[in-house]
Amino acid sequence: MIEFHLDARSGVAPYQQVVQQVRHALRLGLIEVGDQLPTVKEVVASLAINPNTVLKAYKELENLGLAAARPGIGTFVTKTLSDDSLAAHGPLRQDLQRWLSKARRAGLGEESIEALFRDVVRASSAQGVA
Amino acid sequence: MITVLEANGLSKRYGHKWALSECTLAIPAGKVVGVVGPNGAGKTTLLHLAVGLLQPSAGSISVLGGRPGTTAGQLARVGFVAQDTPTYAGLSIAEHLRFGAWTNPSWDQKLAEDRIEGLGLDPGQKAGKLSGGQRAQLALTLAVAKRPELLVLDEPVASLDPLARREFLQGLMEVVVDHGASVVLSSHLVADLERVCDYLVVLVGSRLQVAGDIDELLSSHHRLTGPRRDRGSLPRDHQVIGESHTDRQSTLVVRAHDPVLDPLWSVEKLDLEDLVLAYMSRAVKVDRRPKLEVRS
Repeated sequence: MIEFHLDARSGVAPYQQVVQQVRHALRLGLIEVGDQLPTVKEVVASLAINPNTVLKAYKELENLGLAAARPGIGTFVTKTLSDDSLAAHGPLRQDLQRWLSKARRAGLGEESIEALFRDVVRASSAQGVA
Repeated sequence: MITVLEANGLSKRYGHKWALSECTLAIPAGKVVGVVGPNGAGKTTLLHLAVGLLQPSAGSISVLGGRPGTTAGQLARVGFVAQDTPTYAGLSIAEHLRFGAWTNPSWDQKLAEDRIEGLGLDPGQKAGKLSGGQRAQLALTLAVAKRPELLVLDEPVASLDPLARREFLQGLMEVVVDHGASVVLSSHLVADLERVCDYLVVLVGSRLQVAGDIDELLSSHHRLTGPRRDRGSLPRDHQVIGESHTDRQSTLVVRAHDPVLDPLWSVEKLDLEDLVLAYMSRAVKVDRRPKLEVRS
């Protein structure tokens, strides 16, 4: 089961944050097809948000074909976003961690690291490499 | 549309002072409504009119299709938690529940007991010994256990610390899921309401400034910045809520249902707090204008 959290300062609408977090968890293989998402009441009780926000997020996930509601039971994952590349995540994560410690040793702060990472991703996708 | 609260020219006067002036609104059922505004804006007056504690000086109000507070049936359909969540200090929690059962025909004792247990409270405890957060939860329990269709809460979290505030709002949202009640709650802090509400009512200086679905409000308000321009140059369907100018730049907050396409403006979304602030400062300016004219 995944747990949601909200970032009030992100500027992203709360329902979109819930959708993103589900997509993220699917992408990383943290939840799989058949897994149940937290019930509306569970989400509401942990985040103190409006139930309609959760319903809207789940509706959106249904529209995206990622989840389906079974009336009276709950909402379940129907599609995964992780693929064969999931197996490669482990080694890649290690490489990235090594790179991160190198960056920190070089004196880069969190913000510089993120900026650098994003910049490289953007530049390389612009070149059509990624 | 089924409305939970409908007001037409609703006004309330104390002596010479209007606490609420010509308020007209229709709030759909099934919403969690936030009533915001600075202290003295008329929030409590509006809520007291809605539960029948006050009678209008002019205009009319109907709640769940009936006149507030007129019949026992109407009273049973509306739960009210007054400001600072009052309880009887000398009575225990169990005695509060017994009192609730005795005064409310639709009382759900099991719901009340389950809620108290879920909160980890001892029924034998005197209300005077409870923390602010626990007292607020007791007051909410009393209002919920009568199984109202509408729950009205006046500044329920204003006096609570951040943790108790969060716990109270969690409890309130669970009630909404479990019983499908509509909720109207007031606060002078937008941040308190941002997550829980899906409908907003802004009151300033006894007047209604804006009311509507929060998603709809957020998508129809924009902040425009660009080279200095007169507001007269805007399309007609743009309603200017706020404006400020330097000698080179203009910043406007506008309400427009269609996207703003003029390439001279850079267009930004507003968050809820900015939106409320724009209406608040507009109201203050309007209020000042006549006084300035009198002096000149």
